[in-house]
Amino acid sequence: MSLVVEKRPLLSRKWAEQLFYGAAVLALVVALMVLVTLLLDIFIDGSSRLGWDFLTGYPSRFPEKAGVLPALTGSFCLILLTALFAFPIGIAAAIYLEEYAPQNRLTRIIELNIANLAGVPSIIYGLLGLQLFIRFFGFGRSLLAGAMTMALLILPVIIITARESLRTVPRSLREASIALGATKWQTIRHHVVPVAFPGILTGCILATSRAIGETAPLITIGALTYVAFLPDSIFSPFTALPIQSFNWISRPQTAFHANAAAAITVLLVVLLAMNAFAIWLRGRLEKKYKLSRL
Amino acid sequence: MRTFVHCSFAVAAFLAATEALAAVPSNLEGRITVDGSSTVYPITEAVAEEFGKSARNVKVTVGISGTGGGFKKFCGNETDISNASRPIKSSEMDACAQNGVEYIELPVAYDALTVVVNPKNSWARTLTVSELKALWSPEAQGTITRWNQIRPSFPDQPIALFGAGVDSGTFDYFTEAIVGKSQSSRGDFTSSEDDNVLVQGVSGNQYALGFFGLAYYSENADKLAAVAIDDGNDANGKGAVLPGAETVRNGTYQPLSRPIFIYVRKSSLGRPEVQEFVKFYLDQATTLAREVGYVELVPEVVSLAKSRLSSQTVGTVFHGKGHAVGQSLTELYAKRSS
Repeated sequence: MSLVVEKRPLLSRKWAEQLFYGAAVLALVVALMVLVTLLLDIFIDGSSRLGWDFLTGYPSRFPEKAGVLPALTGSFCLILLTALFAFPIGIAAAIYLEEYAPQNRLTRIIELNIANLAGVPSIIYGLLGLQLFIRFFGFGRSLLAGAMTMALLILPVIIITARESLRTVPRSLREASIALGATKWQTIRHHVVPVAFPGILTGCILATSRAIGETAPLITIGALTYVAFLPDSIFSPFTALPIQSFNWISRPQTAFHANAAAAITVLLVVLLAMNAFAIWLRGRLEKKYKLSRL
Repeated sequence: MRTFVHCSFAVAAFLAATEALAAVPSNLEGRITVDGSSTVYPITEAVAEEFGKSARNVKVTVGISGTGGGFKKFCGNETDISNASRPIKSSEMDACAQNGVEYIELPVAYDALTVVVNPKNSWARTLTVSELKALWSPEAQGTITRWNQIRPSFPDQPIALFGAGVDSGTFDYFTEAIVGKSQSSRGDFTSSEDDNVLVQGVSGNQYALGFFGLAYYSENADKLAAVAIDDGNDANGKGAVLPGAETVRNGTYQPLSRPIFIYVRKSSLGRPEVQEFVKFYLDQATTLAREVGYVELVPEVVSLAKSRLSSQTVGTVFHGKGHAVGQSLTELYAKRSS
């Protein structure tokens, strides 16, 4: 370790310290102010429309009658289906890569590709979904096709975060388990995954939060704008909250812009609720599988 | 984890309110898929909303893929009806023919492209088509940048241009009507697919000029000023004409008023729900078009469209050659029907 010899007098160093502290606080305040202003602005614009009628209403040409029920239900079902497809596949892929895969060139290529896929613009996934699920498999412009496209979109993020969590599990834990005669599968099933699970879950929820706000891939695969009924099966056509707000914000009538702000507020509340649920779940699981058990 | 697995579609089913309204046979069932232009969307949405009040078991869905995107799906046999803010192009006609898709072209309303300036702009309240052409043609790029270059009496101030997104039917029509060739335009202007952005741009700059659909002007008439257009042809209105329901309907607001259409797949008309929906559309389009900010068709065109539907006349009267700017719909459709 090299030693830095500070030659400046104590007073000037104290000043520098104060200056940096001030700058850091300022940065935080600026970031928060922007966020708070944005949220307040949206909330104020949309507050006149927020209410039970708005949540349970169907789209309409009269802005004061229009509601988000089909869009809210669509987003909800889309996210649940996405989670259903993406979580098991993503976590299993992460376990394979972290615990089983041999360290060779092929594995490194796969890892590199997953990292790259996480950065691919979402509209590309939309194009892939259009070609693969709608044209090739013939799922139509349905919830199923939408959810599978979204699942593809968030898989790389899930795999990467799940691997990070698996990596934080101490090697000693695995060695102890194997030393006691457990098989590799038993070790993973009973010791590694439970300890890593809170982290895996956080990654999954964050990835899902990204999916719920995505518009581009949904537009590409042809999610609809006017849907005056609720989805009745996974093959049902659907609309989603971001698409509904996108449509309202581009209308000429300012009353529709208030609807858009209200729809965004609903989306934000759904997002916050999901994240809060994730934090609560993680807290519970962390208590259950505390590392002190080791 | 298990909580995630349940996708309860019935979550809000109990909330579905009921509301009755007669006019359309209420025993209809089925699904009608509509896609295409965002310009036509508000009318189709209004029609679908009214139709749904009586035919509650018919599920109408409307998407926004743009006129071109809509035709792609329509000609691929994916949709029953295509919303279009311009007539079908010859390449799209070929695609439809290849897949055996026959269609009936029905005009549903007019839109008036409106040239707007800032309310503080007191000089350019009338412009001629040739002045607009000089301003928007590709050669103007980088050379015509100040107001006094359009007309020497205008102030010596820089001009800020705002226009519809280059993928939109609005842009296609404006360039065809003003410059003379679809898609031919200068490139140094602020373009946006969202017309509200253009409204903001023009209302915030005294020296701005832009164009978009009439509905966006009428909703923001306090922040913008419309420019009266003189097409130099006294046969359709002497001097400069302001856009408005009257001047569009009597054919004097030229060349910037354009018809908008729906295209109906002929084979879908065999299904009673589609048949009833399109009939209902033509019946209601005049009232509903006005409600959502468009100009309703004149009665002669409505009846021509209705007879076109009842006789199931397929094909387009535009021959895939663009808008036939300046020709009245009455002439175009009457010629074909006789």
